[in-house]
Amino acid sequence: MADKILKKLNIKVWRQNRASEKGKFETYTIENISTGSSFLEMLDILNNDLIEKGIDPIAFDHDCREGICGTCSLYINGRPHGPDTEITTCQLHMRKFKEGETIVIEPWRAKAFPVVKDLVVNRTAFDKILQAGGFISVNTGGVPDGNAIPVGYDDAEEAMDAAACIGCGACVAACKNSSAMLFVAAKVSHLAKLPQGKVEAKRRARNMIAKMDELGFGGCTNTGACEVECPKSISISNISRLNREYLVARFSE
Amino acid sequence: MSNLNSKIPEGPLAEKWSRHKSAIKVVSPANKRKLEVIVVGTGLGGASAAASLAELGYNVKAFCYQDSPRRAHSIAAQGGINAAKNYQNDNDSVFRLFYDTIKGGDYRAREANVYRLAEVSPNIIDQCVAQGVPFGREYGGTLANRSFGGVLVSRTFYARGQTGQQLLIGAYQAMNRQIAKGAVEIYSRHEMLDVVIIDGKARGIIARDLITGEIKRFGAHAVVVATGGYGNVFFLSTNAMGSNGSAAWQCYKKGAFMANPCYVQIHPTCIPVHGDQQSKLTLMSESLRNDGRVWVPKKKEDAEKLQRGEIKANDIPDEDRDFYLERRYPSYGNLVPRDVASRAAKERCDAGYGVNSEGKAVFLDFKYSIERLGKDVIEARYGNLFQMYEKITDVDPYKEPMMIYPAIHYSMGGTWVDYNLMTTVKGLYSIGEANFSDHGANRLGASALMQGLADGYFILPYTIGDYLADEIMTPKTDTSAPEFKEAEKSVKERIEKLYNIKGSKTVDYFHKKLGQIMWDHVGMSRNAEGLKEAIKMIRKLREDFWKDVKVPGEMDNLNPELEKAGRVADFFDIGELMAMDALDRNESCGGHFREESATDEGEAKRNDEKFTYVSCWEYQGEGKEPKLNKEELVFENVKLTQRSYK
Repeated sequence: MADKILKKLNIKVWRQNRASEKGKFETYTIENISTGSSFLEMLDILNNDLIEKGIDPIAFDHDCREGICGTCSLYINGRPHGPDTEITTCQLHMRKFKEGETIVIEPWRAKAFPVVKDLVVNRTAFDKILQAGGFISVNTGGVPDGNAIPVGYDDAEEAMDAAACIGCGACVAACKNSSAMLFVAAKVSHLAKLPQGKVEAKRRARNMIAKMDELGFGGCTNTGACEVECPKSISISNISRLNREYLVARFSE
Repeated sequence: MSNLNSKIPEGPLAEKWSRHKSAIKVVSPANKRKLEVIVVGTGLGGASAAASLAELGYNVKAFCYQDSPRRAHSIAAQGGINAAKNYQNDNDSVFRLFYDTIKGGDYRAREANVYRLAEVSPNIIDQCVAQGVPFGREYGGTLANRSFGGVLVSRTFYARGQTGQQLLIGAYQAMNRQIAKGAVEIYSRHEMLDVVIIDGKARGIIARDLITGEIKRFGAHAVVVATGGYGNVFFLSTNAMGSNGSAAWQCYKKGAFMANPCYVQIHPTCIPVHGDQQSKLTLMSESLRNDGRVWVPKKKEDAEKLQRGEIKANDIPDEDRDFYLERRYPSYGNLVPRDVASRAAKERCDAGYGVNSEGKAVFLDFKYSIERLGKDVIEARYGNLFQMYEKITDVDPYKEPMMIYPAIHYSMGGTWVDYNLMTTVKGLYSIGEANFSDHGANRLGASALMQGLADGYFILPYTIGDYLADEIMTPKTDTSAPEFKEAEKSVKERIEKLYNIKGSKTVDYFHKKLGQIMWDHVGMSRNAEGLKEAIKMIRKLREDFWKDVKVPGEMDNLNPELEKAGRVADFFDIGELMAMDALDRNESCGGHFREESATDEGEAKRNDEKFTYVSCWEYQGEGKEPKLNKEELVFENVKLTQRSYK
């Protein structure tokens, strides 16, 4: 538990200056990292070293650094968000790594998430899927009292389980088909479990699936890799619910 | 004082808002279609405003520096949102919520604004439920509530420990619906770098496309700034890494007054700093103080052994533990307000009783609650927080006490606004944490979410109409106007200047140094000498920064170091103004503690005779002392009393 110092680590990282340029791996050495530091703090230190040496620092996405905003990504040693479960990269700590280890860092790899620079990818496709129907069509004002819409305890809890998605994209990165099914399923389930969301349920499932296909995400072959890597433990059972919602929508056309 | 018309409506407190709404102008639907509004920031305030304005028919452009509007830092709020629903039948009311907020803010907020906040709070809950926010429920299907610090009723609505996330996703989804309709144009990964004023009115912004580095002009009939607080001036804070004060600061330099910049909230329960490699601090919810007991050793030698790692917390017997909050504040105990709890922790650590290797931590111990209630109950209440704590520290808080220490959390100060949420620049509005209006010198828990959504859903959409009604004949803003050219030129020059310094030290180096000055002298405890010293040190450091900072990368590409450099450059100025404001306010109130103004027992002492005003700082130009204007605070409905938690 007491923090130790990792004297030396090798960081093998994807470098790509722009979307239009080719990328390649580079390896850097970093010294004296506390096991109590977070993974991103290690990258901060590496970047400050690189700047001092006149090398362009590594671009990576991050913001809240407490596991909720979904900004951080990184495919570390072959796993989205690295070697731990129920965790985002910003919560990953260096005690999960060994002295002298070579750590391989890549961006999310998916056609729908093109690389912007180094480890930064463009996840606007997720926003676009949600814009296609991931909402309840109510305007501000003119809504009933909160308690006028009773929601059963279990329904509220299940809706919350699905709504916990942070939109990080680990599910897509983990999937060999780069499918966004878990992401779409989480939103469809969140809203379908609530009475407020039932009114537009059919349209929502249909439109979101169509948009997902259009944007170049792959199909789901039920390998379950997404569920394993999801930092918020979103269950793959949501995909069954999505399929059910989608079929109902198609048959009622 | 001529610019400082707060426009508080006449009439009894409870009727001010409805009277005002009847009196202000409304824009017809046909005319709304012709009008454009820029909203900067997509947190609770910005996203709710953008969605609501677009629903009304205005053409909205929304901006955020994040890769998606859903990631704004409102998302990290944990505990809940207050509303005067009185669902628990515990005699809650609009007046009670108003009173708690005014008192919690140590009588340094405007009565009329706070009352309005309490008045619209029930509508927020209704709106969020209709949007599908999965609030916690009772078995009968009704909404559940929990209690929060500083109040006697149960009025906090929550979605597990992720209330901010769920409310933000609600607002983001409402905005997404308008994006799909074409009513909101979204510009993510765009950072506002200046506001453009034409003939005294805000007419647009200059923003940098963070991916291509392109500097772009955007015109509108009004500009809304919803860019949050400036807590990152301290380097280490609970804010997101990208949170910054730059948009608000550009508004200040263009004539918007900055109000009460010295009021920042220091949250008592954060995971302590672990060494010199730390980048940010993680908050542990205030709710933990319901069941955790805060202590340090009674004997200094025990503390020293803990610091050297020779013993552990559990080696210290109960009789050698100093439960200092229970000792000093027997009636409130571990549940004193945030500012009081933070200062008490600092006092013990400064006296040498800190419990981690740096001597800057106190224990938050659940042993006693686990003995009393069982591990299951504690796990059900705080399981996710305990898990997060263990992931970060590698310590199991069921077996050993947590270590906590105060950290910068929220800015009560911000851009000055009138009752319409308009700044001292016409057509420029400021909402949410970015403005100063509702929390006085200390914010109560679960009130930040309430304020952001109140401003965005229910206040701004009405009050902005009063201004825009006179703009219906104004054509679309021409972004080739000389004012836009001039603003774009100065933005570009500044970027080039930063980039071309090509010095020897990184942006982080300077940011950390600034943070240390701020924490040491403009932090939890302040005095005149230290503040004067801080101002000198900040000025010196700023000089060094502009001579010796090193910004790598390219200007026309994604360049996080360049982004940071611009924000840190502004943090020097913000930090300096905070210190000046803290120096002027020679009283202790809320989060602002001046050592010169304390009771014999070391408690904060307000000075109502001299300081019942809002400090409104007016920019006078580069390198010139800003001018202090004062808005007197008038209390007609509450009696000012000294807070006591003994």
